[in-house]
Amino acid sequence: MTISDPSSATRSSGCVVVKGLIKQFGRFAALRGVTAEFAAGKFYAILGDNGAGKTTLLRTLAGLSSPTSGEVSILGASPRAACRDIGYMAHPSLLYDEMSGLENLRYFARLYGIAGDQRCEQVIRAVGLDPKLARPVGQYSQGMRQRMSLARAILHDPQILLLDEPFSNVDMHSAREMVALLKSMREAGKTIFLVTHQASLLAGAADEFVWMELGKIVDRTRSIPPDFPAERAQ
Amino acid sequence: MNSLWSITLATLAKDIRLEWRSKDALNAMLFFSLLVVVIFSFSFDPLAEESRHIVGGLIWVAFLFAAVVALNQTWARELRNQVLDAYRISPAPANALFLAKAMGNFIFVGLLEALMTPLFIVFYNLRALGPAWQLIPVAVLGTWALVVNGTFFAAMSVRTRSRELMLPLLLFPISIPAVLGMVQATTAILTGEESARFWIVLLLTYDVVFTTACLALFGAILHAE
Amino acid sequence: MKRAFPILAVLTVVFVAYGFYLGLFVAPTERTMGEVQRIFYFHAPSGWTAFWLFFVNLIASVVYLIRRNLKADALAVAAAEVGVVFCTVVLVTGPLWARPVWGIWWTWDLRLTSTLVLWLIYVSYLMLRRFSGSAQTPVLAAVLAIFGALDVPLVYFSIWFFRTQHPQPVIGNGGSLDPSMRPAFWTNVAAFSCYGALLCWARYRVELMHRNVEEAYALESLLDEGSSSGADTRPAYRGSPQ
Repeated sequence: MTISDPSSATRSSGCVVVKGLIKQFGRFAALRGVTAEFAAGKFYAILGDNGAGKTTLLRTLAGLSSPTSGEVSILGASPRAACRDIGYMAHPSLLYDEMSGLENLRYFARLYGIAGDQRCEQVIRAVGLDPKLARPVGQYSQGMRQRMSLARAILHDPQILLLDEPFSNVDMHSAREMVALLKSMREAGKTIFLVTHQASLLAGAADEFVWMELGKIVDRTRSIPPDFPAERAQ
Repeated sequence: MNSLWSITLATLAKDIRLEWRSKDALNAMLFFSLLVVVIFSFSFDPLAEESRHIVGGLIWVAFLFAAVVALNQTWARELRNQVLDAYRISPAPANALFLAKAMGNFIFVGLLEALMTPLFIVFYNLRALGPAWQLIPVAVLGTWALVVNGTFFAAMSVRTRSRELMLPLLLFPISIPAVLGMVQATTAILTGEESARFWIVLLLTYDVVFTTACLALFGAILHAE
Repeated sequence: MKRAFPILAVLTVVFVAYGFYLGLFVAPTERTMGEVQRIFYFHAPSGWTAFWLFFVNLIASVVYLIRRNLKADALAVAAAEVGVVFCTVVLVTGPLWARPVWGIWWTWDLRLTSTLVLWLIYVSYLMLRRFSGSAQTPVLAAVLAIFGALDVPLVYFSIWFFRTQHPQPVIGNGGSLDPSMRPAFWTNVAAFSCYGALLCWARYRVELMHRNVEEAYALESLLDEGSSSGADTRPAYRGSPQ
């Protein structure tokens, strides 16, 4: 199952670079000097406790949050300038509850200058939902809503995907399907950043595990350490 | 420019669709407006002659209150599920969002006014002694004056702690010349004693100045974090 | 620069004292209004000071929006706060003067009304600053300051026309100031301007200090390796097994 737009496959692949990233909310420092480089076409899993700065890092990469100091470069540009290459899936759904999935995507497609329903239906099918479903998103189950939220994030076929806990409240089966989809996207050359608590789901899928603690990247590993508690992996 | 309008219209269509689906704001607003008209009519019960002099003020103050309640709803929908973030990370221009919201509010508040005005006419036995057609430009310019800054300040006030309370605190002081213009123009037309031309020009100036300012500064507000 | 502040303070004391003396003891008593007219020596200079402070606020706000310089924002806060204080003095002394002279506390006169609207706009500016979250406050406030400034000419013209349409008791100091009153008036203009500048400067410095303290705390939280953030209670799911 490939959902990548063939026309964009030729686009140059780049990387994400952050230098000395600091983000403060008043007296609280969410990021305390994050410096890292991420290669194109890899699948990165970002792990860490609540308050480790994972979400803030993703929001900064998406251009939603401007760092107090430090630099972000997405494909050699600022996040705002690179916005067409960034797909962002947040913790909240970023969808209008009163509209159906297709209606939602149709609207967001217009924001990116994508005409017609074809692409919208394509991504809805890609996440395993039915484009003809007339139910408003507000009546979706949590798992369906997460899938639709992912569909919105990949709608404009971005090179870089930023996903904030896409598996929260999603059953195991759906989560595995989403991982399979992400794997196929990685095969298609996309760079993926995924924040999660369920690291075990990504064993074999993610190229690298990025460990964050108290606003810093403390380690980057190829696999999940064996002492990673099982209950956290659930 | 092309994409600005296409996104503006898409956003406007989306807002109207959402409003139509939920209808809660619309119903609440209609009832609120009715209450305002009835309470005003109780509180001021003048003779037809006197009413011509005061009703301009009553009508516009009633519209102003109704508009504030409507304007407060504008951004509430965008904050649920943080949908506004989806707009902020898209390449769509900030002003398309602003124009769509302002136009949506214009339609919405205009609708309320269209429903409230007949009630005022009935309760106060109104009949204009001046050129009544001039009430149309006054209504259009006056409503836009309230709505353009109202939409802008609503976007500002949703970013503050006491959202709903903040909007009138920001909007009313700035709107004083516009409100004076609407009230005086309406009174001038109803009584037929003076020309409303100065006030119409003032409203037009106000609209041009603040529409420009809103379009110039909305990007800064949308991306402020 | 460090010495300029005490110099300004001394200058202010001298001017205010001399202006007080001139206004209350030297300037002649006005023929029709009597002693109460002396409030004018404090009323008009306060107004003038409020206006230029609001102007400083506008300039600082524009500079902030363009350069995103936090010092400009601190100056904008200081100027707005002190400006509102002087504007309040104008609005209080106005009716005190009006009551004995015209027999009314308030009239919708051009200058009084414009000043009132200006006061309302800047109070709403201070409210916005008080109510908005810290990071975005400067942007929102600077934008509101620009809106307020754009509103001022519209307010002025609308009230001017409103007044010409509905004649009311003619008020104001009616023409030129008697030459014998000028020293008292101009000394007080200088005194209030110095006083306004001094207060604004002091407030600006307090604001900067306040921000430095916040910054120091923020820096501390940055360096602090989590001892206060509950690091000890975190489950150690990485590293050596316990």
